[in-house]
Parts: sequence; structure tokens; C-alpha cells
Amino acid sequence: MTASMRRRGATILVGGVAATMLLAACGGSSSSSESSSEAAAPSESAMASEGGGDVAAGCEAYAAYMGNEGTSVTLFTSVLPPEQQRYEDAWKPFEDCTGIDIVYEGSDQFEAQLPTRIAGGNAPDLAWIPQPGLLAKLVQQGGPVPAPQSVADNVDQYWNPAWKAYGSVDGTFYGAPNSSNMKSFVWYSPKVFAEKGYTVPTTWDELFALSDQMVADGIKPWCGGIESGGATGWPATDWLEQVVLRTQGGDVYDQWVAHEVLFNSPQITEAMDTISGWMKNPDYVNGGFGNVQTIATTAFQDAGKPILDAKCGMLQQASFYAAQWESFQPGAVVAEDGDVFAFFLPQIKDEFPNPVVGGGEFTTAFSDRPEVQAAQTYLSSAEYATARAAQPGGWVSANSGVPLDTYTDAIAKLSAQFLTDPNGIFRFDASDLMPAAVGAGAEWTQMTAWFGEDKPTADVLQAIDDAWPAS
Amino acid sequence: MSVEAHEIIPMPQPEPAGREESIPEAARRKLSSPWASGLVILITILWTIPTFGLLVTSLRPSSQAQNSGWWTIFTDPTMTLSNYSEVITGGSVIPNGIEPYFWNSFAIAIPAAIFPLVLASMAAYAIAWIPFKGSTFVFFTIFALQVIPLQMSLLPLLTMFNKGWSLGPIPIFPDLNKPGSEQSIFVGTYIPLWVAHTMFALPLAIFLLHNFVSQLPRELFEAARVDGASHFLIFRKLVLPLTVPAIASFAIFQFLWVWNDLLVALTFAGGTPDVAPITAYLASIKGSYGSQLHLVTAGAFVAIIVPLIVFFSLQRFFVRGLLAGSVKG
Amino acid sequence: MEELTAGLTKVGTGLAAVAIFLGLLLVIFFIGARAKGKLQFPAAMIVFLGPAILLLAYGLIAPAFLTTVGSFQNPNGNEFVGFANYSWIFTTEANRTFLTNTAMWIIIAPLVSTGIGLMLALLLDRMRRESISKSLIFMPMAISFVGAGIIWGLVYEYRDPAETQVGLLSQVVMWLGVEEPPNWLLWQPWNNFLLMVIMIWIQVGFAMVVLSAAIKAIPGDVVEAAELDGATGWKLFSRVTIPMVRGTLIVVFTTIMIAVLKIFDIVRTMTNGNFGTQVVANEMYAQAFVQFDVGRGSALAVVLFVAVIPLIAYNVIQLRKERTIR
Repeated sequence: MTASMRRRGATILVGGVAATMLLAACGGSSSSSESSSEAAAPSESAMASEGGGDVAAGCEAYAAYMGNEGTSVTLFTSVLPPEQQRYEDAWKPFEDCTGIDIVYEGSDQFEAQLPTRIAGGNAPDLAWIPQPGLLAKLVQQGGPVPAPQSVADNVDQYWNPAWKAYGSVDGTFYGAPNSSNMKSFVWYSPKVFAEKGYTVPTTWDELFALSDQMVADGIKPWCGGIESGGATGWPATDWLEQVVLRTQGGDVYDQWVAHEVLFNSPQITEAMDTISGWMKNPDYVNGGFGNVQTIATTAFQDAGKPILDAKCGMLQQASFYAAQWESFQPGAVVAEDGDVFAFFLPQIKDEFPNPVVGGGEFTTAFSDRPEVQAAQTYLSSAEYATARAAQPGGWVSANSGVPLDTYTDAIAKLSAQFLTDPNGIFRFDASDLMPAAVGAGAEWTQMTAWFGEDKPTADVLQAIDDAWPAS
Repeated sequence: MSVEAHEIIPMPQPEPAGREESIPEAARRKLSSPWASGLVILITILWTIPTFGLLVTSLRPSSQAQNSGWWTIFTDPTMTLSNYSEVITGGSVIPNGIEPYFWNSFAIAIPAAIFPLVLASMAAYAIAWIPFKGSTFVFFTIFALQVIPLQMSLLPLLTMFNKGWSLGPIPIFPDLNKPGSEQSIFVGTYIPLWVAHTMFALPLAIFLLHNFVSQLPRELFEAARVDGASHFLIFRKLVLPLTVPAIASFAIFQFLWVWNDLLVALTFAGGTPDVAPITAYLASIKGSYGSQLHLVTAGAFVAIIVPLIVFFSLQRFFVRGLLAGSVKG
Repeated sequence: MEELTAGLTKVGTGLAAVAIFLGLLLVIFFIGARAKGKLQFPAAMIVFLGPAILLLAYGLIAPAFLTTVGSFQNPNGNEFVGFANYSWIFTTEANRTFLTNTAMWIIIAPLVSTGIGLMLALLLDRMRRESISKSLIFMPMAISFVGAGIIWGLVYEYRDPAETQVGLLSQVVMWLGVEEPPNWLLWQPWNNFLLMVIMIWIQVGFAMVVLSAAIKAIPGDVVEAAELDGATGWKLFSRVTIPMVRGTLIVVFTTIMIAVLKIFDIVRTMTNGNFGTQVVANEMYAQAFVQFDVGRGSALAVVLFVAVIPLIAYNVIQLRKERTIR
């Protein structure tokens, strides 16, 4: 499983986020005009090559990126194989036509390595940064180069303004989203459901009625795993985010991210209590692994395996988990009538309809060489997103330029549908927005202690609040 | 209260021979007892079982490896080498094989084992045999440097390689970039790894080699100095040949450390197959394919096989070197 | 075939580097030897000690200094905050865990490793066929921490007692009649000891080999004389063997203790410091490289450094005695 699925560390000026979002809401044009000068280089080179008229057959779509033959662009990411290959396959035509070699490097130590490399003067040309908080931190320290106009144009054209806001710091736009994760999914086995006569629940009450039904049938309804090496605990923070957004709505969610609503507040305590009755309910978990505590020691990659063996009914995990099933059972089919599929984690309150928690990474540049800008522009284009979406593995983009029927993968299509739903409440993963001391520190370790050591809820929440940086 | 009398030997003696004579045969017999042997065998088994489990798991087909303990191999002896072929050259689950990383490990570890030992033996000679004021202070400072956590050094070093280093306006280390690029010439080479490993190895190497070199007979040097030989000549013609066994043994030690290092490699080489060593690959597949026990264990075994071969075949030298440095009364 | 050629080219690069390095040294030696009269001494000092000092100054001393400065600064390293980071370390309730754990680690792991190593060295000394045992016990020294993490993961793996067991330890205790083995890595406070077992597993071989060598180096006549005086067994051990290898024991203990203090790989790969197993070195890594709080990370590094100073001081005193004897 790729490290991109782990959402990790971020440091951020909380006020900054709010301000950014406001700015974006009031109109993203201000930031784009600022960076227009940056865009000169790639368009010039594009002009030059068009003038030359030497675009090879089949390469017409890449005309705008020509003129950089024989150059290479390094891309540093937290995405490891097997995903890496799918990316390389997707941009192969771009490389062949433009002569720009995209040198891919994935590391599971991405968040630790990137700041080190930037500080050490060895920054990559491009990086996929999964946390807006980390992006803000890097901008503060210096390193990221504002995105050229060509990228901003693509984002304005294809993305919901909220995404541009998450890719901006203090009103300056840095990076277009690459992939987008839809995190509000529940994985299940359609085969088992058909066999037992279960129907996919569409409300929270139905979900729990189904859970009770499974208990009665002798199946543990839920399984989970939050072990993830240095990032152990993150899936638990996702559960909290799901419930907070569903029970408290987007406004409280934003205030929570900004630390205006504390962890140790009635709202978040209420959300934790909801989880107590769900993922910490000894009758419900941990299917295939043991008691509640095993959630803390089970690798998140392994958590869904018992679903295929009918030892566990459901798993709450993001869309990217689609890539995992193949490794449990070669040839496993992810489809509505296949071995495994996912449904939308239902809303809890009618006043907060279709709440979606998502994530993604932002293609950030650390150099403004023409070939880097060409690659960055290409990576924000609909052509790239469409080519990448056509690859297997459930990759999703919130890029609206990707025709929905490009997604051969049912999960990807479903994710794209929710991510582009204009009526839904979309929020970015909260812990990726919070300061690293919390979002990549206390919240992970405390949630892990909550599951693994049964630490009292109030103590857990208080400890997270205590870790919030003073400034 | 010192074994130095016995230890002042230019060439460490092969151990069994030295031992046989040191305690009379009668005493030896009197001291041996069946429970002693039994206890040793028991500990040996305990110490070996975990690694044995790794080896067995790496030879099992995927479904068995994931769903049953490795000890069931005794009742269900299905074995396969396919895990190894998948890990070494890449296959359907893990597309990229371990092979390029394997070679990188050699290219990193061989120079990184030799450089510090040569430099350390020179420094050890200087501290021990070139009389100068403060030699004791230098020696103790170097000894104390062992405790500096190397995490502290990573960032400053990385900066030096990529941006150069200067003290105010005086350049100490030049900022060398590839022609027409902002990228340092060191990026994507083994050089930063060699230098970093050399730096981190020096305190222990100097300390241990000093213990060895300082025990060489004084007369040797006095005679040579009287004959007018320079330090360079003495070092090259006398000290170096006599120290080679000790250097060789530490070099083996250092080779193992460098081979097994992950932190330095991650910082200076990143994870690309161009320069990253085998441990980086192993850590990455452990993160990506943690549930594929049969593959991760095969990868782990490929990664430890070289240290094991080096260790088992060069054990004798290895042990001699430890003696030279550490065995002091 | 292509891969093999590429691989050998890489190894060739390494060998070429060694050749260039040695060639360069030879040239420098040749030039250095030309120095006459008053120049002789400085030339020798610069060539022999210069490279090592330079590398140490840049690679270790300067960073140590920078870290000390950083420990008094804020997370971004651009503002001084006095002793705030230190008071955070020692007054935060939650930090007790890693402080007490580290204290436990640096006492127990070196003691047990040295103890078992000494016992093995003594026992091996009485055995005829010692080399196989010795090699096998020493073997973990040759295994990386990443590898060790995978190996011990297979031992501590937990499965529901109703399921087929994959972890060796659970299976063994179930064979011994325990019906519900604990989830080992969650089993406080014993999980700390289970992690220490890994370190001990690695270090015992080192202690054994070095101590065994020291025991063998005890002159035969000393042992004989003691035996003539009627010393056997325990008496021989406590009155002759231990005093004779005391210096070696100290070196072994110190070396292991320093290794234990700096170690974060084991904790990081096995539990990431969760479930009450955090240690200073892993907290330092997390603060500096995961949460990007350079101030706290540096302060923790300084705490580690200071913690070893007494031990180093003791060693220095011992060494001093020896040096003056020589």
C-alpha cells in the first residue's frame, strides 16, 4: 500500500488557512494575477516550438510543452510502488513527445525527507505534498515556487474553488491537486451481503441495525487497523473526522481545525462517544483480529483482509484502499457484484447532508525552470488526469475535466461522483490541516492510546489540546 | 591488573592456539560440565530460532505464509523459491526488484569501510606516537564524540554537499553545481554517503585503533627515528603493515554497519534505485507490502545474506580486531 | 545480463574510489616525506591528524554545537525561548513515560547483554566445540535493524486465540497451556522488556566475543597459581577471572549503553513509541522529523548527550590511568 494513503504531518498557521479559504471564496482571481509573470517561461517555449512546427505525429496534445527536449524533472512523492508504475505509464506519452524525463522518487519517509532536503539545498523539482499544513510550513521556511499562470488556469477551469484554497498559502497559489481521496467509504463483501440477504444501508440507523444483524448472525460487523509505522493512529483520526462532520457539520469542523472548538469540548466528546459505540464497541470489533485493542496493533493495510473471509462485515476506509484487495486475493474483483465493494458512510443528521471527508496531494514546484513548469502544467491538465484515471487501481481526481466514464474502476467513479457533488459538504482531512504537533503528533498517539490502552476519553482529548502549540 | 603484557603483540595470534596453552588440559576438563554445554546449546537455539523463522517464512508460498505459523512447515513442508525470484528481479506483486539496490549497497559499503579506517589509523598513529601538546585532550575528545547522535549531523552535512559551506566570506567547502543546473554535482552519487559514513565512523575507529597502535613496542619507533626515518616512512613501512590485521577487522565491522544503515542512506541517497542501498528497499517494501510476509521475509533474507557471508567467512579476523581494541585490563 | 553489467559498474565505481583515495594518500605521503627540519613536525601533523580532525569538526562537533543552540530556540529555529524546551521535557506529565523507559533501557539492556555475554564467554571457555555456538549467537550483530524488526515481528505477531497463530511467542505459550496470550506489544509494562529482548539479542554476541577473548587472554600461569591456592569454580571466577577482565567489562558495558541510548530503530519499527514504550531517541526523531519542532528535538538530543557524560567521564578516568601507566 502506498504511503500516500497515510496522511501525515503538517504544521500550519491556523489563521492562515481560514484566511486562505476566505480569499478563495471571495474569488480566486487575485492570486492568479499575482503569479502571472511566472508563467512567461513555459508559454514562450510553447510558442517557440509551435513556430518550429516540428510536433511529431500523435504528439499534438503536448504541443504546449515542447521545447524542453533532453531535460529531466525530479518528482518526489510519498507514493510507492505499485502505484508508481501506474503514474509512469500515464505520463509516458508526455515524456516520449516532449523529451522531458520525469524522474520519480517515492519514499515512505517523505514528510521527514522533504523539509530536510529543502533545507539542505537538495529540493526536488516537484513534490506531491499531501498536507496543506506541510505546504504552509514549507512556504513559511522558503522553498516552494508559486504555480505559473498556466497551472492556475487549469485549476480555475477544472476544480472546485475549495481545492484551490487548500493548494494556496496566504492567497498565493502553489499547487494543483494530483489525486483526491474520498475517505467516507465503507468496504464490504457484496457476496456475503447477497448470501445473508443484507442490503446496503443508506442511513446511520440502518447501518447500526445491519451491524446488530451481523452480530446476531455470528459475524463481527467491523474491523479496523490503525498501525502505520511512524504514522500509527491516522485511520482513527479519520473516524473522528467522519463523525464530527456528520454530527456537527462543516462550521464546527472548520472551528475545530482552527482550535476554536477544542478537542475537550462537548461537540468533540460527543463525536468520540459515537465512535465508542461503533469502532470501540466490543460486540462489533475487531473481526478477524480479536478484541478492540487489536485495532491499535493491526496494520491499516491488513485491516480489510477478514472481509474476504467473511470474518468481518465492514471496514471504514478511503477510496485508495481499493488497491489493497488484490494483495489479499489475487484477482479480487472490486465491483458492486464482485468480491468487494464500498458504500457511502451514511449521514447522521439530515441538516448535514452528504458529508464527505477527503484528502489529496498538491503538485508543488521548487524550481521555475521551463521544463519544470511544463511538467507542472501537464500534471494539472485534464489530459493527464484522464490518462491517469484510465489506469487501474481506483485513482481519483477531483478534476472535472475527466469524463466520468473514463473511470473503468467502479470505486473511482463513485468517489469522483461524491467529490464533485455540488450539494455535498466537502471538507479536507482535519489532521492534515492542524499543526504537526497535533495532526502528526498528539492526535495520532492519543487516539492510539484510546484504542490500545483504553485511555479515558476526557484524558485523551485533554492531552491533544495540551499539545496544541501556544502561538 | 592488566593483560597488556600478553596483549603487546604486533600480530594478534590466532585464538584457539593461544588458548590451548593458557589453561592446562586438566583444569579445562575439570571445569567442563554437561550442564554448561547444555545451557550453551539451549541459548544458541533460542538465539537462532527467530532468524530461522525468517528463512522458513521466506520459502513458503504466500497463502501458507500469511495464514499459518512458519513452524507448520514441519507438518506441511511446501516450499518455493518463487518469493526470491519475485523480490530479486521484480514480479507481479512487487514490480521493482531488489537487484539494483543490492549493488548500490556494495558500492556504498566498500569505500565507506576503507576510508575511515585508513584515516583513523593515521590519526591513531599521530595521537599515539607523534609527541605533541594536547594529544591526551584530542584523544579523549574523540572518544567522547561517540555519543553524539548522528541525527544531529544530518542536516548540516546535507547543506554542505548541496550549498557548500563557508565561514563568513571564506569558503570552506565549495558549492559545486552540475553545468547549467542548480543541482549539486553530488546529487545522485555515492560521494555524500561515503563522506557521511566516514565521519560517523571516525570516533570509534580512532579510539579502537589507537588502543592497538599505542601498544606497538616503543623500541620499534625509537630505532627508526634514530635512523632518521620520517613519520611518513615509519607509518608506511612499520605501522601500517603491523596494523593491517586490526584495520581489516574493523573494516569488516564498519562494512556491516554501513550495509545495515538506513538513516544516513535515506538522508543522502533518497530512495532511487540509482544510489539507494538495500535497506532502503527493504524498509520501503515493508511499508508497502507489510501483509505479504513471504515477500518481505525473502527481501529481508537477501539483505542479510551478504553480512552473514562476510561475517561467517571473515569471523577470525573480525574477532582479532575486537581483541586488539577492546581487550584491555 | 544488462542488470549485472550495471551492477558491476556500480561496484567498480566503489573500487575505483578506493583506488583513487589510496593513490592520493600515497602522493601526499611522498610529498610530506620531503619536508625537512622544522617543517617535519607540522607536515606530519597536518597529514596524519588533519583529515580526521576536519571531518570530525564538521561532521560531529559543529552539529553538536548547532544542536545545543537549537535546543534554546522555537520550533522554527528563529527565536530564542530560553529553557522552555527543557522544561517541556521534564515537567510534562506525558513525558514521564519516555524518561523512565529510557532509564530502564540504559540500565537493563546493557546489564543483561553483558551478563549473558559474560556467562556465555565463561561457559564457552569450557567447551571444546565452541565455534558454531559462538557464530550463531554472534549472528544477530550482522543483521540490520530493519531486518531485526521483520524477524521479531514474526515472533510477537498477535492473532485472536481462536484463529491459527502466526506469531511464535503466542503459539509457544499456548502450547504451554495459556489459553489467552496477551497482545504482546500492548502488554504494559512488559512490552518494554519484549523490545529490550531484541536489543539484547543483537548485543549479547558482541559482549560474548569480546569477553571470551579477554578471558582467553588471561595468562595461563595466573590461573594455575590461583588453582594451586585452591581456587575453583565461583572463587576462581570472582577472585581471578572478573578482576582480570574488569577493564573489558567496562568497555563492553559502555559501548552497549551508548548504542542503547541512541537506538530508536527498534522502538520505531515495533511500536512507534505507542503503548507506553516511547524512549528519548524516538521522541527526538518524532519531534525533529515528523512534527518539525527543531527546538524540542534538539533539546532531547542534548539530554541524550548529557546523559552519557558521566559514563564517558568514568571511562576517561579509567583510560587516563592506563595511559599514564604506559
